[in-house]
Amino acid sequence: MLKRVTNEWIGENGMPATLAAQGAMKEPASPPVVAIKGLSLTYEAADGPVYALSNVDLQIAEGEFISFIGPSGCGKTTLLRVIADLEQPTGGDIHVNGVGPEEARLRRDYGFVFQAPALYPWRTIQKNIELPLEIFGVSKAERREKASKQLELVNLKGFENKFPWQLSGGMQQRASIARALSFDPKLLLMDEPFGALDEIVRDHLNEQLLKLWDKTGKTVLFVTHSIPEAVFLSSKIVVMSPRPGRIIDIIDASVLGRDRTLDIRETPEFLKIAHRVREGLRAGHSYDD
Amino acid sequence: MTTEALILAAPPARRKVLRREGTTGPVLVVVLVILALWYVAAIFMNWQGVTDAFSRAGEQHTTGEILLGTLDQERPVLPAPHQIVAELKKTVFGIAITSRRNLLFHAWVTLSSTLLGFGLGALLGIVLAVLIVHVKTLERSLMPWIISSQTIPILAIAPIIIVVLGSIGITGLFPKAIISAYLCFFPITISMVKGLNSPDLIQRDLMRTYSASGAQIFWKLRLPASLSYLFAGLKVAVAISLVGAIVGELPTGAQAGLGARLLAGSYYGQTIQIWAALFGAAILASILVAIVSSVERIVNRRMGVRPA
Repeated sequence: MLKRVTNEWIGENGMPATLAAQGAMKEPASPPVVAIKGLSLTYEAADGPVYALSNVDLQIAEGEFISFIGPSGCGKTTLLRVIADLEQPTGGDIHVNGVGPEEARLRRDYGFVFQAPALYPWRTIQKNIELPLEIFGVSKAERREKASKQLELVNLKGFENKFPWQLSGGMQQRASIARALSFDPKLLLMDEPFGALDEIVRDHLNEQLLKLWDKTGKTVLFVTHSIPEAVFLSSKIVVMSPRPGRIIDIIDASVLGRDRTLDIRETPEFLKIAHRVREGLRAGHSYDD
Repeated sequence: MTTEALILAAPPARRKVLRREGTTGPVLVVVLVILALWYVAAIFMNWQGVTDAFSRAGEQHTTGEILLGTLDQERPVLPAPHQIVAELKKTVFGIAITSRRNLLFHAWVTLSSTLLGFGLGALLGIVLAVLIVHVKTLERSLMPWIISSQTIPILAIAPIIIVVLGSIGITGLFPKAIISAYLCFFPITISMVKGLNSPDLIQRDLMRTYSASGAQIFWKLRLPASLSYLFAGLKVAVAISLVGAIVGELPTGAQAGLGARLLAGSYYGQTIQIWAALFGAAILASILVAIVSSVERIVNRRMGVRPA
C-alpha cells in the first residue's frame, strides 16, 4: 500500500523524488520555490518601531528541507507567515512558485502546520483531514479516498472516526500534517510543529517526517528552536538572529544524506554541523539583555 | 487495632459514603430546611390574622388552635406549602382541562406565547449576532442600542407595545410574544457574539491558508464553535421569555394565562391562587430549561464534545 502511494508521488514529478531534489540542490535549474530579496517587515509598537525582519535574502530550491532556527524574536515565524501570506512585508520582494504570496495562497500552493494541531474539535479526524478538500469543493468520494491515503501516510489508520480529544498530542499533530498534505500542495510550511511535544515523541515524529519528505518529495520549510531537530531534518539550515530579525548563516547539511536515522546524531558530521549552528546562534546573540 | 490503623483504614470508607450521599442527601436537606423555614414564616405572618378572626367571632382559643389556624386560612398572608400543593392539585386535576378554572389551561395560554416569543427572540438574537460579528460598523452602532434596550423596565414598555400593536389591529398572542422576544433576544445575542468570535487565531489562520470564503468560515468554523455558547444563552433566554409572556399578560387585562391568574388572584386577595400560579410558572420554566438542556446534550453528542 505504501509503495503505491510513493509511486504516485514520484509520477507527479516525472522522476524519483530523491533525484529531483538532489538535482535541484546542486544546480537550481528549475526556478526557486521561494525567492526572497531584501525583505523587511517593520511594525510600530508602543516603544518605537520593531524590526521583525530586516533585509532578508533567500532562495529555496524545489524538494529541499529548510529549517529556520534562532532565538525567539528573530523573525523565523514571521518569515514563514510572510511566505504563507499571513503577514504583509513592509519592503522587499518575495515570490512563491514564481508568483506573489497572495496568489500562491489563493491557488493553494502550500499546506501550513501550526504550533498547535488546531484540529476542529467538533470534527472527527477523518473530517478534519477532509476540511481543506471540502473548502476546495472536492467531491465526497474523492475526499474520502484522499483522506484515507493521508491517514495511512501518517500512521493514523483506525483513528478516522475518533474526535481530536481522544488522541494524544503527537497523534493530533500527525493528523494536522495529514490535513496539510491532503490536497497535495507543492510546499509544506511548518511552524514549530513539535515544540509542545516531549522529546521522545518529538524524535519519533522527526523520523516519520523525514520518511514522509522522502516519500512525497515536497519542499518543506520548518521553523524550530531545537538545534538537533534542525540538523537532523534539514538539507539546509537557516540561522537567524533578533533585533533586527535577519539571516546570519545558511548551513548546508546535505552531506548527512537523505536516508537518516536517529543514530546519525552521534556522528562527527552531525556534531560538526550542530556546532556551526550553535556558533551562529551565539554570534548573532546580543548579550546586552 | 491501634488508632493509627483505624485512621488509615477510615478515609476510603468515608469517601465512599460521601460519594453516595453526594447527590440526593444534601439536596434533600436543603429542601427540608426551606420547607421548615417556610412553615415558621407562615405561622408568624398569619398569626395576627387568625387571632383577629377568633376575637371577632368572640370565641375562646388555645395556642394550638391558633397554630393550626395559621396553616389553614382561606386567604393567608403567606400560604403554607401544603395549601399550595392542594390548590395545584385541585386546579390541575380536579377541573376539566378546557375550563377557565384549570391551571393547565392558563399555563398553555402562557406557554404558547412564550414559545412564539422564544422563537422570535432566538431568531432575532442570532441574526443580530451574525451581523455584529461580520459588519464592524454594526458592532459600534447596534451594540449601544441593544444594551440600552435592556435597561428600560419591561413593565414600562409592555403597555406601549400592547397599545401600539392593538391600534393596528394586532391583539392576542402576538403582542405578548413580542414582549417575550424583546426580553429574551439579549442573552442570545451576547452569548452568540462571544461564541462566533471564540475561534482562536490559529483556527482562523488555518481557514486563511485555505483561502476560504467568508461564508465557508462562518459555516465550518464560527457557527460550530459558537453552539456551546448559544445553548448557554438559550437556557437563560427560555426562562426569560416565560417571564416576558407573563409580564405581557399583566397590563392587558388578559382573560387567560398565568399572568391573568396572578392578576385575578391579587384583585380578590386569593393568595393561594397567586402562589399556585407562581409555582405553575416555575415548574413550566424548569421544564423548558430541561428541554433546551436535552437538545444541547444531543447536539453535544453529535459534535463529539468530551464528556465532562
